[in-house]
Amino acid sequence: MTALKLNGVNKKFGRVQVLNDISLEVEEGEFVVFVGPSGCGKSTLLRVIAGLEDASSGEVFIAGEKMNLTPPARRGIGMVFQSYALYPHLDVRGNMALALKQERQPKSVIEERITEASRMLDLDAYLDRRPSELSGGQRQRVAIGRAIVRQPKLFLFDEPLSNLDAALRMNTRIEISNLHRQLNATMIYVTHDQTEAMTLADKIVVLRDGWIEQVGSPMQLYNDPANQFVAGFLGSPAMNFLPASLLNAGDERIFGIRPEDLVIAANGPLAAKVTHVEHLGGDTNVVLEASNGTPITLRLFGQHDIGFGAALKLGFPAGKAFYFDSDGKRVAA
Amino acid sequence: MNKARRNPLNIAAAHAILLTYTAIALFPVFVILINSFKTRKAIFREPLTLPNEESFSLIGYQTVMQQGDFFLYFQNSMIVTVTSLFFILLFGAMAAFALSEYRFRGNTLMGLYLALGIMIPIRIGTVAILEMMVASGLVNTLWALILVYTASGLPLAVFILSEFMRQVSDDLKNAGRIDGLSEYTIFFRLVVPLVRPAMATVAVFNMIPIWNDLWFPLILASSEATKTLTLGSQVFIGQFVTDWNAVLSALSMAILPVMVLYVIFSRQLIRGITSGAVK
Ligand SMILES: Nc1ncnc2c1ncn2[C@@H]1O[C@H](COP(=O)(O)OP(=O)(O)O)[C@@H](O)[C@H]1O
Ligand SMILES: [Mg+2]
Repeated sequence: MTALKLNGVNKKFGRVQVLNDISLEVEEGEFVVFVGPSGCGKSTLLRVIAGLEDASSGEVFIAGEKMNLTPPARRGIGMVFQSYALYPHLDVRGNMALALKQERQPKSVIEERITEASRMLDLDAYLDRRPSELSGGQRQRVAIGRAIVRQPKLFLFDEPLSNLDAALRMNTRIEISNLHRQLNATMIYVTHDQTEAMTLADKIVVLRDGWIEQVGSPMQLYNDPANQFVAGFLGSPAMNFLPASLLNAGDERIFGIRPEDLVIAANGPLAAKVTHVEHLGGDTNVVLEASNGTPITLRLFGQHDIGFGAALKLGFPAGKAFYFDSDGKRVAA
Repeated sequence: MNKARRNPLNIAAAHAILLTYTAIALFPVFVILINSFKTRKAIFREPLTLPNEESFSLIGYQTVMQQGDFFLYFQNSMIVTVTSLFFILLFGAMAAFALSEYRFRGNTLMGLYLALGIMIPIRIGTVAILEMMVASGLVNTLWALILVYTASGLPLAVFILSEFMRQVSDDLKNAGRIDGLSEYTIFFRLVVPLVRPAMATVAVFNMIPIWNDLWFPLILASSEATKTLTLGSQVFIGQFVTDWNAVLSALSMAILPVMVLYVIFSRQLIRGITSGAVK
């Protein structure tokens, strides 16, 4: 069964169109990531699904039921916010219990669910603390716990990791992934970070300016991007884009190649000069400048001694090159 | 903490300025207090000296207690001030919440309309208000005063509070909605506690003018049963003779309740400020 179905959803704020004709299906148990640059409408889309904003037009189905007019609390969703949004006047236990109390669940059920959630999230020691007495990572876990105890059909996460530091972000990412496996629940996760999208998602939805650019599994999008935007957004360092005329004169198209697919080759077709080298230990990122001034990034595995200003010739396997027309649409090689 | 603030010279200077200001601000209150305990002669001869064995007298307080029903006036002032503040805060906060939280047609216009009241003094409408009160039979009731003060306090309250409510995190309110809280619960349990410092500010701004007002009590509620403290004290100020002992004693006693209210509100104010800073 489909856990979530969006049918031609539009959203306008005044005269500004923020979401354009969003249609989408999410299967039960899927982990779907909405990814796109800041301001592209990801949070708005999530709020429309949650019922916190009304769609200007279009339909929202959750678990097969049309939900356009259902208030958020009755949609069977749990939501985790970027700013944690814990209730400051309640302790951790109270934060998790509130929704269940509103549903008039019996005390024993509330107790049981809180125990279960706090065990999963390692919150046992903090149940009697106020949010102000917790660290950022702990607050985020409480926010997740607050969503879990309701046993929702659909979890919504709005950039839950963006307020955490790098080390914690990786741990929490793994925790969320584990949680998805344990709960076997449908999750929708919003982020502007392509790494989070690639590592967590079963299915990625790439958004730009309120339009869906492409939907697919991480590797589908990586190996077969529909356009220049998707190709450039996923993958780190980002794909290089050059005028194809550098390779054969008169070609109007845009040529794209991923940094890891470029190799240094004495008779390669691309000539470039080294302007910067980043030694990461495991990898070496070389920034070069093509003959027309376009920057090119080259990613080499292992450690390489490359001098500043060196002139290199670069080659690539023919199958790894992408071509886009002047509108950014992918075209055949 | 930064260096400038820890520098002892700066600390001394800051304290000197604050202490000077406090002294200047408290001086009139101090003079009123000491003179209220002196004989009439001593008040005029040496207004700035403390009362001593010779000049000490409670005559002013005795006059106040005997003449008129001072405690009733007191009670009236208290009822009018506290009830007006309650309504100003309640309706002001609710209107501010609606204006800052909900998108509806005419939202901005409504906000501007409410803000207009800040610029127009309510006393301009005294005659119309009096006619309305007469027509509705509210003249010489405390309700007349409460309604007028509530109306005149609301514009500024809405203006200040809606600005603060806009800053309350949307995520927090949305989390409440997802957890099934009603809009009223979200307002009273989540939003109001977070704008408490702003509410205390509004309360302090409104409290003193209401407590001290002479105009509306004189016009709308001058009967013996509804006199406020300020109006009641006027009996001691005559055109030709003024009973200074009684006036000063009445004033001294009138200061007390506002002080208590002020301490209550300002504690809220300070608690709000520091809880924001430490977080
Ligand atoms: N309540 C609102 N009123 C008007 N415009 C809004 C509102 N909320 C969001 N927007 C606009 O909608 C666009 C998308 O916002 P948002 O969904 O928050 O983006 P994202 O989460 O992808 O960063 C932005 O341009 C933003 O300015
Ligand atoms: Mg967002």
